[in-house]
Amino acid sequence: MELQSLESRDANREATIRRIRSSARAIRMHALNMVFEARQGHPGGDMSVTDILATLYFGVLRVDPKAPHESGRDRLILSKGHASGALYSTLAEAGFIPIEALSTYMKPLSMLNGHPNRNNVAGVEANTGPLGHGLPIAVGIALAGKIDNADYRVFVITGDGELQEGSNWEAAMASGHHKLANLTLIVDRNTLQQGARVSETNDVEPLADKFRAFRWDVVDVDGHDPGALLDAFAPSADRTKPLCVIAHTIKGKGVSYMEDQVGWHHGVPTQAQLDKAMGELSGS
Amino acid sequence: MSATQPTSPALFDCRDAFAATLDQVAERDNRIVIVVNDSIGSSKLGGFRKRWPQRTINVGIAEQNMVGVGSGLANGGKIPFVSAASCFLTARALEQIKADVAYTNANVKLVGQSPGVGYGELGPTHHSIEDMAWLRLLPNLAIIAPSDPWETAQAVEAAAEHEGPVFLRITRFGVPKLPRPDNARFEIGKAETLREGRDVAIIACGVMVTRALEAADRLADGGVNAQVVNMASIAPLDEAAIRAAADLGAIVTVEEHSRRGGLGGAVAEVVAGYRPCPIRILGFPGFMPTGSPKFLFERFGLTSNGIEKAAREAISLRLL
Repeated sequence: MELQSLESRDANREATIRRIRSSARAIRMHALNMVFEARQGHPGGDMSVTDILATLYFGVLRVDPKAPHESGRDRLILSKGHASGALYSTLAEAGFIPIEALSTYMKPLSMLNGHPNRNNVAGVEANTGPLGHGLPIAVGIALAGKIDNADYRVFVITGDGELQEGSNWEAAMASGHHKLANLTLIVDRNTLQQGARVSETNDVEPLADKFRAFRWDVVDVDGHDPGALLDAFAPSADRTKPLCVIAHTIKGKGVSYMEDQVGWHHGVPTQAQLDKAMGELSGS
Repeated sequence: MSATQPTSPALFDCRDAFAATLDQVAERDNRIVIVVNDSIGSSKLGGFRKRWPQRTINVGIAEQNMVGVGSGLANGGKIPFVSAASCFLTARALEQIKADVAYTNANVKLVGQSPGVGYGELGPTHHSIEDMAWLRLLPNLAIIAPSDPWETAQAVEAAAEHEGPVFLRITRFGVPKLPRPDNARFEIGKAETLREGRDVAIIACGVMVTRALEAADRLADGGVNAQVVNMASIAPLDEAAIRAAADLGAIVTVEEHSRRGGLGGAVAEVVAGYRPCPIRILGFPGFMPTGSPKFLFERFGLTSNGIEKAAREAISLRLL
């Protein structure tokens, strides 16, 4: 009996991981097409955060695209709002918005602004764009959940360069103080920011030590491994602190010529580059 | 105030009306929570904290986080009153107010305590004479500067009921309770004509409303008939009331705020597109020198005397 149930759990997990991988492939392709058609966007960050988003939406979050404002839902805030191409693609794959809407990305009067607006796009929790806003908002939601004894969880994704914004550390301090065990921060640790390496600009290391000093639990994971991400995001009843998941990622992941290249923070592929990317991604 | 001083009216600290009303609202609506930056005492929220410790969130001295937390609490179904000295709340956290509150259209109530020159001698870092100007630029955000304890209480009720972001400007000065009919009711977006007149309109908000009424009395003694409008709702603006004032051909605006971009600016924007007339804008000219609030009010003409003088100037400039 026990063996069987373990086997079926493993089978479920394998199915979930396959679903995450296939969704991630679709999300990357959508996002690149969107950037190509809009002639602007942030493809490098879209690619680095995709596996995190796919793991959350297809393996972790308790959300319902038919009831996106249901009060007991889990929340995900993409604080690095410039990776909107990946977020919108994920929301479309998850059924929150129509797939066809993606082709309107950043076109006049589109609901899909360059940065997300929760009043226009179902599933968006916060109007991010200026960096350092997502974590404070997530702290507020986590506090509301704590006041209500609700069992929803709050997830927030920041960039690593984004952690140079001081507001994050105000919020990190408050999270530790309030022991927000219902809060998970995921740092998309791709080591690049807009203009250069994070380490060359204003180094955030030692990152894990910083969060531990702010009274968080910290885990390091491969941010492109759905299984490792699922393990890191697994709920834990005995958690007493907020959790920081440092997800080690590659900016531009999945597109050979974009990977770890600072120039693809914002950059628009040519037709030939797009074709090459699609070829690589479809085989992934 | 007492039998021995029959001529001086009792003065009230509007923070008391704010705190007492918030208590009443919180009693019947458990979604109400407060968020403060170590500003429990200066917001007079000690009683609230004592009654509802779980609904009191003190983020410490961290205004950006404070406003973001407010937005998150609203996302979680709460009605947060984010209360802090107006200078820090509105300046330090302006981007959070713009993005997390106004643009998000979050149901957050921002409470700017001790605005204007309430902190007198502490100087320009602690004065908040810019708050209405920069907040007035933000869509979705209602801005209310109550004139007295009655209106403060009404505004707190209205803010709690209003679905959407609100900024309340709560003064720490002692102000008298203004005379009003029993059926008076504050409404967001509605001006209140406290005195009818035909020669000049005095449009005031906050603590200046009392002085505007005193100025109208003095003008009446000299045969000038002044209308007095309490424009407690800076946004949304009662444009009909402003057009009616412009029809009189001369306007004085008066606010405990910079002369630029606040109530006077708002009135001028409406009047310029309707029926231009002379507008004397009374307020503070820039960073204030050292002085008590009373000294600063007198030095910069924010007195019944100063308003009277400005009204006569506006009348003399009337385009007829």
